Amino acid sequence: MSSGNPVIELRSVDKSFGPIDVLHEISLKVGEGEVLCLLGDNGAGKSTLIKTLAGVHQPTRGEILMDGQPTTFSGPRDAQARGIATVHQFGGTYPLMSVGRNFFMGVEPTRNVGPFKVFDREKANRIAVEEVQKMGITRITDGDRLVGGLSGGERQSLAIARAVHFGARVLILDEPTAALGVKQAAHVLRIVNEAKRRGLAVIFITHQVMHAMAVGDHFAVLIRGAIAADFRKGDKTREEIADLMAGGESMADLEANIEGYMETHDGHPPQPAA
Amino acid sequence: MTDTTSQGGPGGSPSGEETASSFSLGDLMRSPASGAFMGLAMVFIVFAIFGFQRNFLSVGGVSTWVNFASTVGMIAIPVGFLMIAGELDISTGAVLPASAMTVAITSGYYEMPILLGIFASLAVGALIGFINGMIVTRTQVPSFIVTLATLFAVAGLTLTLSIVFINTTQTSLSAPDWAKNLFGGRLLGGFRSSVFWWIAMIVGFIYFLHKSPWGNWVFALGGDQESARNAGIPVQRLKIGLFMLSSTSTAFAGVLQTIQFNAATSQANFGMIFNTIIACVVGGLLLTGGFGTVMGIVFGTLTLAVVQQGIGYTEIDRNLSFLIIGVMLLIAVLMNDTFRNLATSWSTKKK
Ligand SMILES: Nc1ncnc2c1ncn2[C@@H]1O[C@H](COP(=O)(O)OP(=O)(O)O)[C@@H](O)[C@H]1O
Ligand SMILES: [Mg+2]
Repeated sequence: MSSGNPVIELRSVDKSFGPIDVLHEISLKVGEGEVLCLLGDNGAGKSTLIKTLAGVHQPTRGEILMDGQPTTFSGPRDAQARGIATVHQFGGTYPLMSVGRNFFMGVEPTRNVGPFKVFDREKANRIAVEEVQKMGITRITDGDRLVGGLSGGERQSLAIARAVHFGARVLILDEPTAALGVKQAAHVLRIVNEAKRRGLAVIFITHQVMHAMAVGDHFAVLIRGAIAADFRKGDKTREEIADLMAGGESMADLEANIEGYMETHDGHPPQPAA
Repeated sequence: MTDTTSQGGPGGSPSGEETASSFSLGDLMRSPASGAFMGLAMVFIVFAIFGFQRNFLSVGGVSTWVNFASTVGMIAIPVGFLMIAGELDISTGAVLPASAMTVAITSGYYEMPILLGIFASLAVGALIGFINGMIVTRTQVPSFIVTLATLFAVAGLTLTLSIVFINTTQTSLSAPDWAKNLFGGRLLGGFRSSVFWWIAMIVGFIYFLHKSPWGNWVFALGGDQESARNAGIPVQRLKIGLFMLSSTSTAFAGVLQTIQFNAATSQANFGMIFNTIIACVVGGLLLTGGFGTVMGIVFGTLTLAVVQQGIGYTEIDRNLSFLIIGVMLLIAVLMNDTFRNLATSWSTKKK
């Protein structure tokens, strides 16, 4: 499972927005069938890092390698075409559109009716439902159903199934479990494992250590834009990781707070600000 | 999600009720057009009852509000596209007189061929839309403010240039017979050509929004622009295109009006701004974007037309029409949320 050849690699990547330095000297790699968990508090630069990987931002310094070859992405579309798929916190899906239309957004299947290109709704719905079911979400059976009516976990799963279907090699998940309850999160973690089993390189961003421990092979902790720790599964305990994320401060007090919060809020963890 | 509405075909005539009768209940509930359709049916029935003795159902009565609906409708649909895409266009109130004056000055005052005048007029419309689109996509200024600015700028420019070119703010245009028949004639005892142009445009717009792959992108813009961009959708070009579609359609409505009435005026038509937005909201569009149908806007436009114009053919006091529109708008806004929730949860309930 550990990477023989990294699919994607960052070497000493810096990213600044004008005078603001957000990322410093980031070096990372992920191989096929490997899950890299990127941990970090809000504002640590996680989103900036994955946007750089996804072609939204260009690195200010340093290089990105795909299959060992230095490369640059001209934009998100270019990165996508080369197999990098990003799934955002809310699934990157359109709540008032159907499962089929969501699944094929931007790559709509069409058929010709006379001289006109028409969106092939049946084909879109059929493939979308099939793919989602293959990922283990059997509750989605109707491709016409609006995504807004799905649970948060189902939406994430739809987005991940979409990435897998369109041949993603690198799957970047930006806090997929942050807004989810315990059961829903478990659901998404299962799908992450399924993606890993299919040989995708997964970069899983979270600030929930438990979720990271459940699927990660490899962990990196980001603090104020720099990698503060980089270790493999089993090297550190949950408490050690949590302390690292908090920048060395003890997490015990905070955790007590969180547990108190969850008790009063139907088991939901606090929502992150961003 | 919206395919159902397009099966009904254009509902440009009062026989629009039949379009919905073939829908299954579930499809009906899922469609944002259903609320709009029920609103239209209700208003139509009430007005038909109160107008039975007053020719509401006569060709003269029906054609009056359908003619009015055609002008509002061909502007409201592309304005609605922008609303679905999460934007707003209120510059239409100035594009209408700008385009009308362009065709009247070119082909009336300067006696150039009518086709040249029409072309110039549509070009003016397209240019204003292009400017709107460029400013909205290049800056962070909300489109409401951008188009408010172009509304006033274009209105002022139209008045000023009219004085410069023809030394007056209105002028006449008598189009050749073929053009008069094609763009401004009366058919079937009172229906203007604009009604038939509107129906043709409805068909085209339904194809664009609900059948073609580009329609998907319009919804995506209003749903989540960031994701749309990441999905490789040309967000900026699409938006500029939608602004151009809206202003060019408005210009076309201006051309039809000018040829129909043989005259054009430079006065801004602020009422048209409200009419198009009311038609969209009553038609089931959400101001937050991402949701709506062409047929919904058509139903919304017809409802507005019945209340504003059809009221003259009923025993209902004309002065009540604004009140009715106001109440209707409020009900529509409240209902739209309900319909959206029904639409999202429909499939879950089915189980
Ligand atoms: N486009 C930008 N311009 C300037 N600063 C930015 C930009 N994007 C992010 N930042 C800054 O970078 C820091 C890290 O942000 P982000 O990557 O979103 O963190 P995280 O996802 O870990 O919460 C924040 O302080 C944020 O203000
Ligand atoms: Mg973030």
